[in-house]
Amino acid sequence: MSSWFDYTINGLIIGNVYALVAVGLALIFGVSRLINFAQGSIYLVGAYIGWVAVVRLHTPLPLTIIVVAAAAALVGLVIERFGLRPLQNSVRIAPLLATIGISFVLDQLVMLTFSPNPRALPSQLPDVRFQLGGGTIGPLDLLIAGVGITSALLLFVFLRYSKLGWAVRAASQDRDAAMQMGVDVNRVNQAVFGIAAALGGVSGMLVGMYYNQIDTAMSLQATLKGVVAEVVGGAGNVPGAVIGSLLLGLVESYGVAVFGTSYRNLFAFLLLVVVLVLRPNGLFISPRQAPPEPLTGTFIAPSRPLRIPRWALAVAGAIFAVLPLFPVSFYVLQTLINAWLLGMLALSLTLVAGTMGQVSLGHAALLAIGAYTSALLSLTLNVPVGLAIIGGGLMSAALGTLLISPSFRLRGHYVSIATLAIGEIVALVILNWESVTRGPIGISGIPPLTLFGYDLISPSSVYWFSLAVMVVLALLQGRLLTSHLGRSFRAIRDDDIAARAYGLSLNRYKSLAFIFGGFAAGVSGGIAAHLYSYINHETFNTQQSILALTVVILGGLGNVVGAIVGSVALVGLPEVFRIAAEYRILIYGIVLLLLVRFRPQGLLGTI
Amino acid sequence: MEKQLHSMLSLRGLTRRFGGLTAVDTIDLDLAKGELISIIGPNGAGKTTLFNLVTGLDRPDAGTVSFEGQDITGLSPERLAAEGIARTFQLGRVFGNLSVMDNVLIGAHTRLRAVKPAVPVIGPLLELGLALLRPASVKAEEEQLREEVKAILARFGERLLPRIDQPAYSLSYANRRRVEIARALALKPRLLLLDEPTAGMNPTETAEMQGLVAELKAEGLTILLIEHKLEMVMRLSDRVIVMDEGKKIAEGPGEQVRTDPKVIEAYLGHGLSGTAEQESAA
Repeated sequence: MSSWFDYTINGLIIGNVYALVAVGLALIFGVSRLINFAQGSIYLVGAYIGWVAVVRLHTPLPLTIIVVAAAAALVGLVIERFGLRPLQNSVRIAPLLATIGISFVLDQLVMLTFSPNPRALPSQLPDVRFQLGGGTIGPLDLLIAGVGITSALLLFVFLRYSKLGWAVRAASQDRDAAMQMGVDVNRVNQAVFGIAAALGGVSGMLVGMYYNQIDTAMSLQATLKGVVAEVVGGAGNVPGAVIGSLLLGLVESYGVAVFGTSYRNLFAFLLLVVVLVLRPNGLFISPRQAPPEPLTGTFIAPSRPLRIPRWALAVAGAIFAVLPLFPVSFYVLQTLINAWLLGMLALSLTLVAGTMGQVSLGHAALLAIGAYTSALLSLTLNVPVGLAIIGGGLMSAALGTLLISPSFRLRGHYVSIATLAIGEIVALVILNWESVTRGPIGISGIPPLTLFGYDLISPSSVYWFSLAVMVVLALLQGRLLTSHLGRSFRAIRDDDIAARAYGLSLNRYKSLAFIFGGFAAGVSGGIAAHLYSYINHETFNTQQSILALTVVILGGLGNVVGAIVGSVALVGLPEVFRIAAEYRILIYGIVLLLLVRFRPQGLLGTI
Repeated sequence: MEKQLHSMLSLRGLTRRFGGLTAVDTIDLDLAKGELISIIGPNGAGKTTLFNLVTGLDRPDAGTVSFEGQDITGLSPERLAAEGIARTFQLGRVFGNLSVMDNVLIGAHTRLRAVKPAVPVIGPLLELGLALLRPASVKAEEEQLREEVKAILARFGERLLPRIDQPAYSLSYANRRRVEIARALALKPRLLLLDEPTAGMNPTETAEMQGLVAELKAEGLTILLIEHKLEMVMRLSDRVIVMDEGKKIAEGPGEQVRTDPKVIEAYLGHGLSGTAEQESAA
């Protein structure tokens, strides 16, 4: 039984670490109704600053903690001042996209500075274990518990007894009223971001010490775990976030005890989905919501979309169609094939995120479902490749819609959290369901593209095939947008309450958007699988989801032509300028941030 | 009992609590077909919450709502829209990025045949298919609805028609209210709930709106109206209900309610009712 004691201690310690992240998220959500996707990046930054302090500067532990907290707080203040404050009067989607972009930029900067290879972060504490009850406990466990409890006390004193703390509490109860009473909301935001970042940074350092390892993948995991804990505790509820974190730590720890380490994250995300479905307001608030607050402003940037005459589109299409007839290099064709595949994904995302307003951060999962389905159909059942790709599209449409359906009643940021979690769940299932997906080995020897018995091996035939598929999908989507469905999707996006009052069922229309979008993404994944001939659980990752999101914002949310233009631009321009691969993701993140700040309607305008 | 038989909407003991606050407190109400009842009361009296309870956006803690003899308590807003209940919103909830035309077409959503092929489970897929293929019947229906929308917009004179293709976010506040009412009319409602249709309108615009509501009433539409402008309430209403702190404190013809001391007290507070009475008499 001693191991159970150890698992409990382990769960509480990890829960303590999550609490440091989750409390920050809860504070920020409280005052600005924003889920800060960059929280995990600050945690990552904290871990690496801790590494620099310990390994390079040899600072003693108390000083290390202070240095990390101060540096992380500074990062938080910079994010607040330059990333979010300019967006205060912007459309509702803007701060959400900004924190996603900031998180991407920070992660990439850390990766470029320190290389993606894991590093050891020694804890500077004596390596002894004390016997306690049925198990053991080490000095690091005590340190983490101590930091957790001390921060909670400091935070309590700050919120309860300091003037700024009062202002924070006032602003989180009623921002407008607080402003009218003379509360300086900018100072409140600063305070909250600074505190959240300091806690997040220290948390990253402690986790690094706990596992004696830090790497750049920590960021996304931390954001997800922190958000899970915060949502379980009730968004914006600070004590709730602490309890949610401890609960999450225990659930994970017991889950690992029973099923093994590779299931750790699966439990976290399943807990999230269950809570979102059953008690979207968290465990401590009754599930019956108070009447929805009136929504002011629009979700996406209002704009007049640029009208491109049909003949111009036809001419552009014709030029791209005849391109392979001219002596262009294989390299150019290859780049454009990538653009067409990304274009299909972007069509899917622009429908779901732009037209329907469900900002999906797990869109690469739809690629993965389509790719695996098509690969397995053609490999194990000998289904002709053309049909297998369609099968992949249908599977993505069905399974993707089914997986996302529990979050149809969620709004705004919650949809992004849910889709991010579902994307992770899909990747984890692919990794662990070895009998079907071949687990970490991946699937190799996927047959090449064929159409009606002809092998599409030459670059130009693959080019034509992918271009044709993309154009057909784009035309269908254009037709969808001009039908009553396009109108219904956009109405739900703009105001789901008013839409329901006029008979529009959210489940029905969100399903239809995900079915159509899932098909396009699944087809893209299917084609990619046959093109690459080898896929595994990491082929379709979050970076692709973010790239697709950047494409969609660049082209204009909901804009079909914009999605294609954006794909060509974001795939093509880095090639033209020969930008090294490791800088590309950084550039995509920066492009996303600049767009959100200076041209939220994208190049061609939102629809 | 007789009243119940003829009433289109009846509320019995309708109650909604938020924490310690009872926003709607055991409200009874009967609205006959073709009748126009106004609900007045100070801010925070529970009028909009009452609307939310009737239209399914919120669920009561106690009591029942019945519509044409059917119990509709707790039904979803989508179902109630399909039953023919349309409403406007106090703060104005137009679809900002949709054109005026599209906003009003959404009002006709429950009437679209393309929306509900009567097949379970695959109904939504058929709807997707119809939207993509768009057979002649779907096109014809859409065309006919567009004509209907123009006819509805024409009721607002030159306020909305010239702006038919403009996105709603570019409209003035008053025009957004008009779009909301046009959208409600496009549903061809059997019961219309108007939540402060003249909020933020100047006297001319208010008079126009009053004329429109009078027309709708003359056409036989059953209307429940929340309104602060008492002159409009007095002219239009068959009966007036006064709410204060969630309770119904008075009910009856406008003139009778107007001089009710309880009503004056609710509006002006204790100790002032004497002066208020003189003013209202004046």
